[in-house]
Amino acid sequence: MYKAIITVKLRPSILDPEGKAIEHALQSLDYTQLSGVRVGKEIELTVDAPNREEAEAAVDKACIKVLSNPVMEDYTFVLEEL
Amino acid sequence: MAGVKFGVVVFPGSNCDHDAYHAAKHVLGERAEFLWHKESDLRGVDVIVLPGGFSYGDYLRCGAISRFSPVMKEVVRHAERGGHVIGICNGFQILTESGLLPGALLRNDSLKFVCREVRLRVENTRTAFTSQYAEGQVLRIPVAHGEGNFYTDNETLAALENNGQVVFRYVDADGNGSDAANPNGSRNNIAGIINRQGNVLGMMPHPERAVEDLLGSTDGLGVFASLVETIAGTVPTLS
Repeated sequence: MYKAIITVKLRPSILDPEGKAIEHALQSLDYTQLSGVRVGKEIELTVDAPNREEAEAAVDKACIKVLSNPVMEDYTFVLEEL
Repeated sequence: MAGVKFGVVVFPGSNCDHDAYHAAKHVLGERAEFLWHKESDLRGVDVIVLPGGFSYGDYLRCGAISRFSPVMKEVVRHAERGGHVIGICNGFQILTESGLLPGALLRNDSLKFVCREVRLRVENTRTAFTSQYAEGQVLRIPVAHGEGNFYTDNETLAALENNGQVVFRYVDADGNGSDAANPNGSRNNIAGIINRQGNVLGMMPHPERAVEDLLGSTDGLGVFASLVETIAGTVPTLS
């Protein structure tokens, strides 16, 4: 068993208006050293697979098919053995 | 039986299904049925309407979960056979998620939910959905969405433009596609597109909310009337 922590974010070429709005808020609070805000989402799930390779393959497939939309999003994930 | 049978798909969270049904059945006098998302029998409908709303609460991404509901398998099959499909608002999002139309609908660039009447220029009247309009005609139709910002890469965008697949564009009162007329940041002010084969249309504005004088505009009726003209070969007489 593995735990997968998946991060889905808008692709770098796509404007992230939510990130921009947060960045403006940070600036107006004088956090001037913080910039380049991008907002994404984290999805956590459990994978029932006998080894790391199979767990990776299963999560990868789900990311492409369901959890992210490749037209606008990129994904990364890490696996922890349970 | 003559005429056209419309099938309006109902997902949990659809909220423009009755409006589309009303436009087809009561305003145009055609046949219409609701199709529950768990059904896998399309009951011989000619046109599938994927209505607006917040199917599955817009969880994950708008339209992402609906795309895997049982009825969508049949909708894809219907489209592959050349059957007509129109996705309005959330329905447009479902069509891009399911790959029946290219691109994606991102968060509005303003970050605001935009609910107001917009002006649309009809860019292509040689489609089953727009045959009753005049080329360049400017329509008054409402939008109501938070994720209507049409995005696609440069290559696909150029192909859409060159193939005449851009059907509706946001314009100002003078019919020009300015930034000010763009309610959501869509690339090239795109409000609606059609697939290459010409049988699947997606649009963010709501033609079903502009079908009677009481609603402030009847400019959306042409979309439904065009389908009747194309499929049944008769021009509907409007009451």
